[in-house]
This record gives sequence, C-alpha cells and structure tokens, in this order.
Amino acid sequence: MARVVIDGKSYEVDGRRNLLHACLSLKLDLPYFCWHPAMGSVGACRQCAVKQFKDDRDTAGRLVMACMTPAADGTRISIDDPEAKAFRASVIEWLMLNHPHDCPVCDEGGECHLQDMTVMTGHVVRRNRFPKRTYHNQDLGPFLTHEMNRCIQCYRCVRFYRDYAGGRDFDVFGAHDQVYFGRAEDGVLESEFSGNLVEVCPTGVFTDKTLARHYTRKWDLQWAPSICAHCGLGCNTSVAERGGMLRRVMNRVNPEVNGHFLCDRGRFGYERAQRVTEDPEKEKRTPEDSEKKGLSESSGSSGVKRFSEFSGSLCGLLIGIGSPRASMESNFALQTLVGKDHFYSGLSDLDASLVSLILDILRNGPARAASLQDVENADAVFILGEDVTNTAPRLALSLRQSVRQKALERIGKGGIPLWHDAAVREAMQDEHGPLFIATPYATRLDDVATAVWRAAPDDLARLGLAVAHEIDAEAPAVSGFRMPMNSMADALRDARRPIVVCGTSCGSVPLIQAAANVAWALRRQGRAADLCFTVPECNTMGAALLGGGRLGAAFEAEADTVIILENDLYGRAGAAQVDGFLGRVKHVVVLDHLRTRTTSKAHLVLPAATFAESSGTTVNNEGRAQRFFQVLPSREPVMASWRWISEMLVAAGRTGWASLDEVLAAMGDARIRAAAPPAAGQRIPRRPPRYSGRTAMAAHVSVHEAPPPPDPDSPLAFSMEGFSPEAPPPLTPFFWWPGWNSIQAAHKFADGPSGVRLIEPGQRGAFFREVPAPFTPRRGEWWVVPVHHIFGTEEQSAMAPAIVKRSVEPTLALRPEDASDLGVSTGGAVQCMLDERTYRFRVQLRPELPVGVAGLSLMGATKGVGLPCWMALRRA
Amino acid sequence: MISILRSLWGVFLHAFRRRVTHRYPDEPMPLPPRWRGRIVLTRDPDGGERCVACYLCAVACPVHCIALQATEDASGRRFPEWFRINFSRCIFCGYCEEACPTYAIQLTPDFEMSECERKNLVYEKEDLLIAGMGKVPGYHYYRVAGVAIEGKGKGEAENERPPVDVRGLLP
Ligand code: SF4
Ligand code: SF4
Ligand code: SF4
Ligand code: SF4
Ligand code: FES
Repeated sequence: MARVVIDGKSYEVDGRRNLLHACLSLKLDLPYFCWHPAMGSVGACRQCAVKQFKDDRDTAGRLVMACMTPAADGTRISIDDPEAKAFRASVIEWLMLNHPHDCPVCDEGGECHLQDMTVMTGHVVRRNRFPKRTYHNQDLGPFLTHEMNRCIQCYRCVRFYRDYAGGRDFDVFGAHDQVYFGRAEDGVLESEFSGNLVEVCPTGVFTDKTLARHYTRKWDLQWAPSICAHCGLGCNTSVAERGGMLRRVMNRVNPEVNGHFLCDRGRFGYERAQRVTEDPEKEKRTPEDSEKKGLSESSGSSGVKRFSEFSGSLCGLLIGIGSPRASMESNFALQTLVGKDHFYSGLSDLDASLVSLILDILRNGPARAASLQDVENADAVFILGEDVTNTAPRLALSLRQSVRQKALERIGKGGIPLWHDAAVREAMQDEHGPLFIATPYATRLDDVATAVWRAAPDDLARLGLAVAHEIDAEAPAVSGFRMPMNSMADALRDARRPIVVCGTSCGSVPLIQAAANVAWALRRQGRAADLCFTVPECNTMGAALLGGGRLGAAFEAEADTVIILENDLYGRAGAAQVDGFLGRVKHVVVLDHLRTRTTSKAHLVLPAATFAESSGTTVNNEGRAQRFFQVLPSREPVMASWRWISEMLVAAGRTGWASLDEVLAAMGDARIRAAAPPAAGQRIPRRPPRYSGRTAMAAHVSVHEAPPPPDPDSPLAFSMEGFSPEAPPPLTPFFWWPGWNSIQAAHKFADGPSGVRLIEPGQRGAFFREVPAPFTPRRGEWWVVPVHHIFGTEEQSAMAPAIVKRSVEPTLALRPEDASDLGVSTGGAVQCMLDERTYRFRVQLRPELPVGVAGLSLMGATKGVGLPCWMALRRA
Repeated sequence: MISILRSLWGVFLHAFRRRVTHRYPDEPMPLPPRWRGRIVLTRDPDGGERCVACYLCAVACPVHCIALQATEDASGRRFPEWFRINFSRCIFCGYCEEACPTYAIQLTPDFEMSECERKNLVYEKEDLLIAGMGKVPGYHYYRVAGVAIEGKGKGEAENERPPVDVRGLLP
C-alpha cells in the first residue's frame, strides 16, 4: 500500500500499480488509450499525461505519463492541472487529425473509447483543414471487419495479438505516420482469440462481423450476465438481445476465470441459439416424423397433458437421462421427477468414468483444481495429452502467460515494475518456460513449449508416471522407460507453483491417474502443485457431481417412458445401441433446443430454452458453480427444462417449483445457491439507461406498450429502471458508467471474482500404482484418438454461421508412411467398419503422429463412434 | 343607462375593425419553414436514402417513439431496413432532427395529421420517406465519410489523400 496525493487529496493505493491504474481504481477519470489492465503499459499514446510534483512546495511540477509512473509512496500528482489538461486535449486533437467522419456508420459508435476520451478531454472543434490520410482495408475472415482509417496507432492490437496471444499472422507494417495494422495480405485471422480485438481496439478498426448482420447500438441492447456454454471452462460473458433476437456476446470480467478475454468459439458461437429463438416454427424444434407417428409436439400445459396421457402412471417404469450441457437445476429437476435410482447422468460411459475419476482426484487428493488465473500464474506447466487450444481454448491463452512467469520473477527482482510491458518484454526476450507438452499430435502451443513429446496415450501415461517417480521415489516406478525429455522432473521440482494439465480428450484413465501422480509427487516435495483438468461440456462437472447411473445401464434398464434432457444420445453411444434402446421404450420424451438425431426418434419433443432463454447454474472444470441469466424474454411454448419438469410434477400431483430460487432451495446445496444473489430486493435493469424506441418497437402490432415481462428467477428486470453499476459481479449485465460507454468501463466496477468453488482438495496421499503396458501398434489396425476442433466439435456452437465458415471438414489423420502403405494420400479416403456401419473418412497427413496411432476429427457423426478405439482401415 | 349605451356603441364599432379570426381550414395557415411538424426522411442529391441507420435520432427522442433496424446492401451503404415513428407519442421537440448527422430526418411545417385511431399514427419508412432533400440541399454524407461504398473507393471522399501504400519506403 502506498499513499499518493492526487489534486491535493490523499489516497491509499496499491503501490505495485502505476499511477494510471491507481487513479482508475479510485474511480477517477483519466483518459488513456494504450494501457490495458491485462497487458500493462507501453507509454505509446501520450494520452494519460498528469502533472507530477516533487513535494508540497513544488508548484511548477512536470508532465509525466501516469501509466509509466509507479504509484510510489508519497507521489504527488494533479489530474486537473490546466497544463496537463491542455496537453491531453492536444493529444486527442493530433489523434483526430486524420480520423474519418465515420461515427454514424461505425459499429463502435456509442461504445467507442475514442469517442469517450474525446468528450472527456473537451476536444470539440476540428481545426485541421488538410486532407486526411486513408488506408485500404483487409478481409479478415468471418469474425472481424477491418476499417483501418479509424486507427489511432495505440498498438494495443499487435500487443494483444502477437505478444499476449502468440499470433503470428498479424502485425504492424509501414513507417512514420503511415503505419498499418493488419495481415501481410487479406485472409482469415488464424488466432483462436482474434475476437478479442473487438474489445482491445479502442476504436472501430476491428468490429464484430456477426453483430453487423443485425446491428444494434450498445445502448439499445438488453443484456444479461451469462456463462459461456461452449466448453467446460465457464468463461463469464455478457449476452445481448433486442426484439427477441440474440445479437452479440461480450466478455464479462471474472478475474479468476476468463479475465478480460474470451475465445472465438465463445464469442461468435451464439448465433445458433439466436436462430432457434428467432423462429422456433421454421427451425422446428419439432421433428417431422413425430407427426407421422401421430404424437405431435405440444406447447405449454398441453405438452404436459400429452405427456401424462401417454406415460400413464408417472411412477414405476419412468426413467430419465440427464445432460452435461443442461443446467444443474434442470438435471436436478429430472432427478427429482424420476427418482435417484432411475436417473442416468447422460455422459457417455467413458466420459462418466473419466470425470468421476477426476472428481475423486480433486476431492480426495492433496492438489487443488486450478482456476485459469492460477494457470496464468504457474511457473512450470506439464500438459499431458490435451490439445487445449481445441478442447478448452481460453486455457491456451492462460498457458501462454504462464510461460512468462519464471522470467517475470527474475525481472521483478531486478527492479523493473511488471506493468512496464515494453521494458519487461525487452528484458525477457525469447525466454520462456518451462512448459512441457506431451500429446499424441501437434498442438498450437508447441511454439512456446520447452519440449514436446508425441506418443500414444498409454505411453504418455507412462511418461507421466515416470516423471512422478523421478520427483518422488514413493510414486510407482515405470520399468524399462527411457525419459524422452530430460530435466523435466527437475524443472517441475524447481517451480513453486507448478501445474499439471490433463483432461478427458484422450479418453484414457491411466493418463489422468498419471497427471494426478505428478501433482501429488510435487505436493509431497512441498510444492504448491495444482491440477487443471479439462472437461468437454459446460456442465460436465455438474452432471458428475449430481451423480446418476451409467448410460449403458439406462440402455439395459426396464422402462416404459424415458425422458431425455437436452442430450443427443447418438453422440454418447453407438448408433445400434441407441436405436435398440429408443425402439424398445414405448414413450420417448425429449426436452431440447437443438434438433438432433435423438429428437427425430422421439415421440414427444418439448421445446426447451437455450442458455439465453433461461437462468440456471453450471459448474466448470474447476468445480466453480456459476449462474447464467435469461436475456431473451420467455416466449410460449419454450420453457426452461426444469419448468417443463416442474409442470410434470404438478400434473403427477406432486409439488413443482415456481422460480429458480425454489429449485435451488430444493437442491439444498448452500454453495450452489450462493453462486449469485436470489431474486429479491432492488431490481437490476437489463437495459442501459439510454435504451431507445420503447414506444415504437412494437407499435406496428399494438400502440399500447406492454408492461415489462416479469422475471421470477433473478434479481434482474427486463427494464431500464434502476442503476446497474451497483450490481455485484455475478449480476453485472454490462459494463457502462457515466462518461465511459465502452467496455473499458470495466475498471469502474467491483473487480472481485464470482462463482463458488464446490470442490476443495483432501488429504489422501496414496499414489495410483497401476502402470499401463507400453503401447504396441497392431498390423492393419490403428488406435484412433479423437481430434478436437475449436470450431465444429462443440454441438451448440457448431451450427452458428460464422463458426461454420471456420469449421474444417472432418478428416482422419494418418502418418504419411501409414497412408502410403494404405495407398492413399492427402485428400484420399479410407473406410472402416464400426458397429456394423461403414464409415468413410477423408485422409489428412500428420507426420508427428506416433506409430500405430491415427486421429479422427470429433464432430457430427463421429461422436458416437466411441473414440478412442482400434480401427481397421482400408482404402476406400 | 349611459354605460349600457356606451358598451353597445363600442360593440357596434367593432363590426368595422379588421378581422383577426383565421378561417382555417378554408384558408391555409402560413407557417415558417422551421416549423416543427410532421417528420420526414429525406434523400441525398443522388436520390439515395440519406438515413444511414445510426440510431442517434432514436436515442435522442425523449419519448422513445423512433425505432429502426440497420442493414447494409451489396453496395456497402447502410440504411434502415425498417424505420418507425409512433406519432401518437411524438412531442415534436425536434431533438431527432438536431441529432441526425446526415440531415436525413427533418421536421416539416405540416401539422395536419390527426386521426381517429391511434394506430394510424404509426408511420413506417414508406410513409416517412420523401423524394427531395428537404431543408438542406446538397449534403451527401458518403461524400465526406471515410467508408468505401460502391462508386466511391478509399481515399475518394472530399478532402482525402489516396490510400497509403504500406509497402512504400518513401519518407
Ligand atoms: S472509431 Fe469511434 S470515433 Fe472513430 S468513427 Fe468509430 S465511433 Fe467514431
Ligand atoms: S487498430 Fe485499434 S488497437 Fe490497433 S493500433 Fe489502431 S486503434 Fe490501436
Ligand atoms: S474457452 Fe470455453 S468457456 Fe471460454 S469462451 Fe471459449 S468456449 Fe467459452
Ligand atoms: S439520426 Fe438520421 S441518419 Fe441516424 S438513424 Fe436517425 S434519421 Fe437515420
Ligand atoms: S495510456 Fe499512458 S501513454 Fe498511453
């Protein structure tokens, strides 16, 4: 803590920060451009000038850049000093010399940091009469638009894209006053985090291309705090709608989870949910063939009536299958309806065993589940088997920061403040690591790895176990194993906060056990080692915590009626098995918002709400329960799954729930309830104070304005009355503050974490002792591991138009030698028999694959294949 | 008595004074061009829609009676897909006109728009769009804006230099 005097007033601030950060934390207004809370200062824009005084007798002072000056004890500055003010106004005037007359057609308008800063400094009249500089734009792919004329050369974009996110295909070009921020030539931005440029760029150079298709100003959107539904990390988002149409997703800062950044799947994967909502009739949440069977889908209470009609008595032969992509509340509701003994978790059998093993490790072992922030701060990382960029994308960005920790420690000791980004990077040069990556195939993080190793999952597990043994002799030894990456155990042992990253994507139990052994061995050596496991879906962890029988058991169970909750069984088990099950059960009821192969086999489909149409809780990979809130007003017949089930309970003469808080109370877990405040007290508006068009939006239908729809499930209101900046973090719908219309307003808000961790470590120290045998390749057969794709694997985002444009065609990856043995080359096709079905795959050559291993894209039909497995491949 | 007669005389004299009653609607009202009446959307000198769907009029409106949806066509021009003013709410304050950066929305000297049913006071874009430029002849937003549209490339707006050659090395 340090005492600084600002404009004659004394304040207590964090001495490790720079003055700009300190002033902003005190909610003082000081204009800036190039500083970023996650990226530090470079002093490029000269906008944050303040007057600094030597002592209380110094009246002349000197101009300094606040972002480049430490908030040291005893510092005296003035923000309001006339000279500082004039300086800042002239900086804006320079930046505006060439600025185009674009605001009316600029997508940044109304949420533009440059507009805000221009107003704040008071630059109102353009004096420059000389012609303006212009640039050509580039086509950067389906996510971003590029309008270079609007650039103010703050360098934030390159600093994010190259320095922070490790992208290589974007840079600054040109010289003197003609610098250009873009790619060497037109083309799709390769980074999985390119969408963050929308928020990082303080101007309208980079804007959201998906938003432009249904453009609405920030002030006209109705927002709600949400949790990304597209992978297991649970990044915090703000989702926005207008007129019943989901329009955009933006980042919501949760310092312990996503911080200031999202991945592109999370940011641009929303349009599917939007389309369903937009036109439920056309999109047909009703399968056609249910009509053929004479059991058409139903709406509202008639749906429940139909349900109770043909399910006869609700007890006895009723079973329920839950879902890892449905909320805790919906899963719990189904469990309540069918009873604990008849509830099945809805994970594939393999996933269920992997996740329950992970749960066991995190609950009973001594290593904690690491948050993304913990990963960012780790000083040594060992990745076992996960291609994180594709399975848990945002984690890859955190890992890119972790490789800097070791060097940062050294540099910090040398006296360079860590917010001084340019100096830190200069001192760091290319130093990075330690980060060890052991995976079956190449990953996008290999460029920052200390060492990489490619092997079959069983051999990766052997590597992990051998490393654990080297760290702590108590851990089981692996006989006959030659360590491929030497000094790895030493590097992990030298670290103070090492983290082992593993997950479910290789489908290997020994691998997860090996990861646990490494972390536990480090714990035994007194290191604060953590574990970071990735899981496939937004509520996989929650579904595992809730428990339930195996899916395989459900298929064997005796049942007259099965209720399937937001789940496509064909992605969880073999088609023959699912066909047999669905054919055998008399009544198949599916609650879903996606149209899947399972809904097409259902006798009754009840339209369930998407994440945007309902409120609920999901539990992320770290075991953090987080609440998402409804943003689209409810529309008949769509209801949250737990509401449908509640109506079924009522129809069966039992008690249902009227609000989310009632379900949470029934669940009885105080920690899940505490994830967000209940629906009580002063309502928080979902709409900004300048929301427009209230009396005209629906005037063509009726000139009588309807009252705002009630929301029994949250403390938020579908209205503009109230003041949202006072909302606690889990209830902050959007970042806006008087004078700060852009997302940079985030610093005016409480910056505490949100969500409640449900899993804390235990004491058990015993290592896993089974050591798998070395992987032995087979002749004519390959061990096929799933290859995840950031764009295409996750089913809720896979159909979003922008994501579709980035999805790759599913392929089967083979070693070039294997491919030539089979007589195929890139683009050729192979086929194999599985489950009595012939599959055809296009071949892709990946020379890094281990001998005997192939990789198959996990998307669409390949999900039910049951990867990893042995496959006999033939040329097709 | 005297006073009664005086009053009668006075009233009688008024019969010869100049009449101040305006015989509306038989005689039209003379209104200044800046009168704030019925709102129109004007066109640019080329006959294109002036409105670029920036939403500024909507947000400036104190009674929130303007709503629209932006869209873009192949030429790169932005325009409203639909544009609605609910005149049963409008208070003719003229804030929308003041907010409009393209002189598209203008108030006109016409107040004769009474209706028996409120819903007939909801005007759509087709009802609002006029053929001419209204009070501000000559202004064309896209000639001063930096964005490229069909027929006007980068650097071709008023007072612009040709686009930078990023690969050029000349100082
Ligand atoms: S970047 Fe900001 S200031 Fe520039 S045209 Fe866009 S909205 Fe206006
Ligand atoms: S493109 Fe945006 S972020 Fe990059 S330098 Fe220009 S204004 Fe800054
Ligand atoms: S990393 Fe996962 S949770 Fe985060 S934004 Fe991407 S898909 Fe969503
Ligand atoms: S302010 Fe003008 S340009 Fe903008 S939406 Fe309204 S009429 Fe159109
Ligand atoms: S923010 Fe301080 S110089 Fe840019």
